[in-house]
Amino acid sequence: MNQVVSQDAPVIEFRSVSCRFISPDGKATIALRDFSMAVAKGEFVAIVGPTGCGKSTTLSMITGLLKPTTGEVRVMGAPVDGIDPRIGFVFQADAVFPWRSVLDNVAAGPLYRGRSKSAAHDEANEWLRRVGLEKFGKHYPHQLSGGMRKRVALAQTFINKPEILLMDEPFSALDMQTRTLMQDELLQLWSANSGSVVFVTHDLEEAIALADRVFVLSARPATLKKVYEIDLPRPRITSEVRYEPRFIEISRDIWRDLREEVQIA
Amino acid sequence: MATPEYALQAGFDSASLATVERIAQRRLRQRHALIIALRVLVLVVVLGGWEMGGRYKWIDPFFFSMPSAIFAQIVDWFVNGTSQGPLLQQVWVTLEETGIGFLIGAVGGIVCGVVLGRNKLLSDVFSIYIQIANSIPRVVLGSVFVIALGLGMASKVALAVVMVFFVVFGNAFQGVREADRYMIANAQILGASKRQLTTSVVIPSALSWILASLHVSFGFALVGAVVGEFLGSKQGIGLLISTAQGAFNASGVFAAMIVLAVVALTADYLLTALEKRLLKWRPAAF
Repeated sequence: MNQVVSQDAPVIEFRSVSCRFISPDGKATIALRDFSMAVAKGEFVAIVGPTGCGKSTTLSMITGLLKPTTGEVRVMGAPVDGIDPRIGFVFQADAVFPWRSVLDNVAAGPLYRGRSKSAAHDEANEWLRRVGLEKFGKHYPHQLSGGMRKRVALAQTFINKPEILLMDEPFSALDMQTRTLMQDELLQLWSANSGSVVFVTHDLEEAIALADRVFVLSARPATLKKVYEIDLPRPRITSEVRYEPRFIEISRDIWRDLREEVQIA
Repeated sequence: MATPEYALQAGFDSASLATVERIAQRRLRQRHALIIALRVLVLVVVLGGWEMGGRYKWIDPFFFSMPSAIFAQIVDWFVNGTSQGPLLQQVWVTLEETGIGFLIGAVGGIVCGVVLGRNKLLSDVFSIYIQIANSIPRVVLGSVFVIALGLGMASKVALAVVMVFFVVFGNAFQGVREADRYMIANAQILGASKRQLTTSVVIPSALSWILASLHVSFGFALVGAVVGEFLGSKQGIGLLISTAQGAFNASGVFAAMIVLAVVALTADYLLTALEKRLLKWRPAAF
């Protein structure tokens, strides 16, 4: 049934969504104003905008951890109601469980969803092999480097075969070289998985190198400023694509838009 | 390898590295030996000074006793038993009260701490009372327990429970509140139910707080049991102390203190071993 729906309906849809926060001390702030967008099946979308403008808010509303004040968020053609099991989320911070071994971390998703321990471990081993950590299954996260921990987080998310992958500045804490490697790794995993991706980042080049479309948000209260189609051919190699003339051209265009907003913010 | 003369000069070939390592390791061993020697020296000076002070009447051994007299008292208790029966039986009684009180208090504290930590309303309502209860000197409750529960084991266990509960509770509560919210969100999105969230994320992340409190609170349980015995009982080390006090036997008080210290140190050792086992995922720097 989902198949039928997702053929024509967008996988994720924001219909003039506004979001108002009430902070713990009772003050109200508007994080998002009249925001509309649609993500098609299998599409890779990046959201960029000035710091603190409300980029992450959009992701929280897709997961259902946050409700829109007005407007509607629809996932797979239905309004969001709680956490959809078809969603995967990769966080900016280290969200792997430090008390679980790498293998148990990756197996967490299937175990939570009621798979047997041996089946979950088999599957987790397979995913560890795919992200190149097959020798580290028995290690604990603190024994790994930042890039390896991120790989664990990717495997942990991809093992659930998410149809929607949400990423909140996942690589921003990594050094430049590791980040480039992880971006390529992500593109590979994504092309094999064929889900839709919403990738929030403040790094413009990262957004262009990865995405099919880039959504530029304005300063707070954020609203959609402009959408850019990225017509760079795939498969892309992120370390090389950034030197192509077309990449630089797009980058210059978007930066012109973004700069105004960053100055306001 | 390309410029061996240079490498040799700078001391970067494997032979000279091994020499440097050998020297460094020998220094480390020497330092270790020095520290142990100094520790023994401190002990000898303190105990020796005390003994000399007593023997030459710089301090009155009737009030402050002497190491040799304390040692003799412990041997006497071991060989001839105490006025209340064999020494080991007294130790066992106190240990039983401590252990039962510790277990009840710790389990109760962990359960209440996790439940309250997971519920915002309950925690907001009760947090003020817990602070108040924490600031009351709870040892005083011992008198109430002796009146209500009698001279038997129950009153001591109750006091030990009260001593332990609030410490463990406070730490479990704090640990639960400090569970990383990204980790919680991650588990939720990976598919964890509310119960799985508590057992597989919240409790493990509170565990280091809880275990730290168990260390402290075993000592508190021991204090609770001994004070309880002190206030009124038929057996136990606390009674031993109060009997010695009544007979102006300073050596007896010190000897009982040493017996207690041995018990506490043993328990501490066991708890450290448990902690190491349960927290083996943590970086070694802790």
